[in-house]
Amino acid sequence: MKSNNLETIYVMWLREMKRFLRAKSRIIGTLLLPFFFLLAVGSGFNSGFSLPGAPPGVNYLNFLVPGILGMTMLFSSMSTGISVLWDKEFGFLKEIMVAPVKRFAIVLGRIAGGVTTALIQGILILILSLFLGFKMVNLPSFILALLFMFLIGIGFIGFGVAIASKMEDTQGFSLIMQFVVFPIFLFSGAFFPVINFPGWLRPIAYLDPLTYGVDGLRSSLIGFSQFPLFLDLIILLIFGSLMVILGSWLFSKTEI
Amino acid sequence: MQIFDEYDIMKTLFMIRVENLTKKFNGFTAVDNISFFVNKGEIFGFLGPNGAGKTTTIKMLATLLKPTKGEAKICGFDVLKEKENVRKSIGIVFQEPALDNRLTGFENLDFHARLYGLDKETRKKRIEEVLNLVELQDKAKILVINYSGGMQRRLEIARGLMHYPKVLFLDEPTLGLDPQTRHRIWDYILQLNQKEKITIILTTHYMEEADYLCQRVGIIDFGKIVALDTPQNLKNILGGDVISIEVFPPERAFEIFKTFSWVKKINRCNSIINLNVEQGEKKIPLLMKIDQKEAGFEIKSVNLRKPTLEDVFLYFTGKTIRDGEASQEEKNKMTMRGRFRR
Ligand SMILES: Nc1ncnc2c1ncn2[C@@H]1O[C@H](COP(=O)(O)OP(=O)(O)OP(=O)(O)O)[C@@H](O)[C@H]1O
Ligand SMILES: [Mg+2]
Repeated sequence: MKSNNLETIYVMWLREMKRFLRAKSRIIGTLLLPFFFLLAVGSGFNSGFSLPGAPPGVNYLNFLVPGILGMTMLFSSMSTGISVLWDKEFGFLKEIMVAPVKRFAIVLGRIAGGVTTALIQGILILILSLFLGFKMVNLPSFILALLFMFLIGIGFIGFGVAIASKMEDTQGFSLIMQFVVFPIFLFSGAFFPVINFPGWLRPIAYLDPLTYGVDGLRSSLIGFSQFPLFLDLIILLIFGSLMVILGSWLFSKTEI
Repeated sequence: MQIFDEYDIMKTLFMIRVENLTKKFNGFTAVDNISFFVNKGEIFGFLGPNGAGKTTTIKMLATLLKPTKGEAKICGFDVLKEKENVRKSIGIVFQEPALDNRLTGFENLDFHARLYGLDKETRKKRIEEVLNLVELQDKAKILVINYSGGMQRRLEIARGLMHYPKVLFLDEPTLGLDPQTRHRIWDYILQLNQKEKITIILTTHYMEEADYLCQRVGIIDFGKIVALDTPQNLKNILGGDVISIEVFPPERAFEIFKTFSWVKKINRCNSIINLNVEQGEKKIPLLMKIDQKEAGFEIKSVNLRKPTLEDVFLYFTGKTIRDGEASQEEKNKMTMRGRFRR
């Protein structure tokens, strides 16, 4: 039974990888937006500019890269999670649902595939940013950053699966992007420290799980953060577990 | 005691046993209290117009929809309580395509084989076997998005067979295919049934398909099974012959034909009146004896034939299968338009 679940996870992962490697335009498309942000926003502030709330001497590009990394993980993960909807639309979901396998294993497989592809994209962005002048503190910091990227990925794929399981068709897709994904990105403090939000907006930022993801990335990559590292870790762990459970549960109840 | 033993034997012989199965969607009854069984090794068909409840029935049997009421067992496994065992025992080809068209044909089969837990060697051997069966060997490495409709259908049938299912469900296996492809698929289905000893349950709204393939046919209309027997027995119910008369005005002729004692059943479809009679060749002269001027109608043509399943369908439902479809086509057009508007 156990090996059967592993095989299910593996085959879902394999499918995700094959589709990912074949969709060259998708890879370039998802990398372009974060790259433009780095180029246009990151280089717009010159090095003499000091950001309120940030420690003096931190170059804005260095401050921005972790935020953009969080954004890349968010967008990539949400689109993998929501891709359940496309499987529904193209009928392939029926093939998956009628197979004699555990539904939670299917969701875990999708998460495994989605996290892998999101990590690949995140790492590519990180490499690109090195060329633009980004400086990491040291190599171990990169390992810690990978852990944060991983947790962000799991959480938002689970969230995406949960949303997609509740939706009938792909009509609401752009609505979700505009009213869920973008706000999560914009309120996460990717562009400037969360404490710069006016007091009445701050709670929203504190409720946004990506805030802790970006903060954790910043803490590991450039050694600047607002919350203690372990707080970021614990909140992301809780968020991730909750979303995986919620996603699996809603997915397993889907009728088609 | 004796009775119980026999009952147990019967149970093992039936691959599918359905009792009082019902499905309601928000108060609308799509499948209405149906009961039937399917024997081991049988090809069983559901014949019915669009919206009759065929797909809903299949989805309940395949554990994808929860029945509102009733019970169903596949290979002795309950579709509600033993989902996983049911899923292992069945293969299914859905009415709408269910392939990943960003993968190749081979990859779709490989994905399926792994999901069903086939080991490496069996996978390799079986993929080759099923590809050969549906003659897709040389297309295996092509992305499914580049397959024609018929090729996709064949690939889906091949996939449904991968894991040696005991029961294969085919939901409208030849819908929308050209006659040549349709005949090829019929041949595969017969081959499967004979070579692999698979029990097959299919749905269709093509009369010839049900007639040609199925050992027994259930006619389903508005969610109810209105008749169930071998195609031959169903036709025998009508007995004798069918006389189709094209007549004008049909309303008037209908009233008159109705009164003849030798007419077993009469129905009208536009200007054609169908009479079910014994020894039709002897009844045509009787028709000719009617003074058409006096009766106030004119017979344009007369046709004598043995009943087909089409006639059986008309007999039991009071409409041709195409009547039901006309309105469905309208519906489809509406949804198409709806889609474009989005
Ligand atoms: N998920 C659903 N929600 C509400 N109504 C449904 C649902 N699925 C099916 N129905 C309705 O149930 C009825 C039977 O549908 P079903 O798909 O079983 O028909 P069918 O016999 O397979 O027809 P077709 O030949 O068009 O495939 C139809 O009236 C359909 O509109
Ligand atoms: Mg159907």
